[in-house]
Amino acid sequence: MRAVIAITLFTLLSPLSHGADDNQGKRLYTMYCTQCHGVHGNGLGVNSSRMSVQPRSHIEREEMMARSDEELFKVIQQGGKSIDKSNLMPAWGDNLNEEEISALVAHLRQLCCEENGNE
Amino acid sequence: MQIKYLSTLMALCLSFITGYSHGAPADKVAELCGSCHALERPDYEAQGREERFSRKAPPLYFAGNKYRQEWLAAFLQAPYPLYPSGYFPESKLQDTADGDIPNENDLVTHLQLSESDASEVTDYLMNLQPYTEMLSQDNYSEGKVSLRMGTLDFRKFKGCDACHQDSEDNGGFSGPILYDAWSRLQPHYISAFLKNPLQWDPNTIMPVPQMNEQAVHKLVDYLKAIGETE
Repeated sequence: MRAVIAITLFTLLSPLSHGADDNQGKRLYTMYCTQCHGVHGNGLGVNSSRMSVQPRSHIEREEMMARSDEELFKVIQQGGKSIDKSNLMPAWGDNLNEEEISALVAHLRQLCCEENGNE
Repeated sequence: MQIKYLSTLMALCLSFITGYSHGAPADKVAELCGSCHALERPDYEAQGREERFSRKAPPLYFAGNKYRQEWLAAFLQAPYPLYPSGYFPESKLQDTADGDIPNENDLVTHLQLSESDASEVTDYLMNLQPYTEMLSQDNYSEGKVSLRMGTLDFRKFKGCDACHQDSEDNGGFSGPILYDAWSRLQPHYISAFLKNPLQWDPNTIMPVPQMNEQAVHKLVDYLKAIGETE
């Protein structure tokens, strides 16, 4: 019985759980990220063809797993320069609050690393 | 009392003859513009981010603080696409093997107005000025920047061209084109918006630029420089 409660609580509290957070992350991704990173997160957004540095594909598991959640949070909040990447990735820390950035990080993890994440 | 009735009757006759009633310009603007553009400040606090998803076009409730009157009147008579891939996030994109591209067939064509309608709508919109006080605090004054340095700044140092075009053949597709910005927008608006886009629109998808006032003014001067060479 305790195990069932523990698993239920873990599922409800996990940032990667499917639910309101995930939907929020997906909506925010559509609004702020797809222009460059693509509607499917493959890095081929509508702006990408003219960009001097290509946006990261968020569906490449290996590359994305090389980044910690903290790094993803930081690059969204403070921009590409904060992790020695391109300044074409802007800092969204004034536009988005921390809860929203966390929701985006959770969505990125879904895109890269969960089955059907980029649908 | 008779005078009151007489003046009411005259007003009614006048409105019948001209087709206008007292509230007609507002009604006309609401009818022509209101289905896509916000004419009053949205309740951002209540709607949150979902407000952006319900938008079809930029809000116009501060049009008189934003646009140049002569540009607005001309645009309404001969509109052209300001957002090359449509207005995000409702933009219609086509997913191809080479990446996302604007779906030309789904891009909304702006309504084209007659000269008289354009004039009437422009007059009405230019009176929407809730942020005059805020703009009066902006201290931009026109300066000069060399095209070479301005281009480097816009493209390489600030990365604005990821989303915005500073010429027809350079820059991204999601943001509004900027090679017409100087003729379209009031200089103080450009400056104030660049300093803090969120002050104008909490749901803007323009990131807040991390730059000081001098750097903002240089960018405005660059938009002036490219606008004047167009």
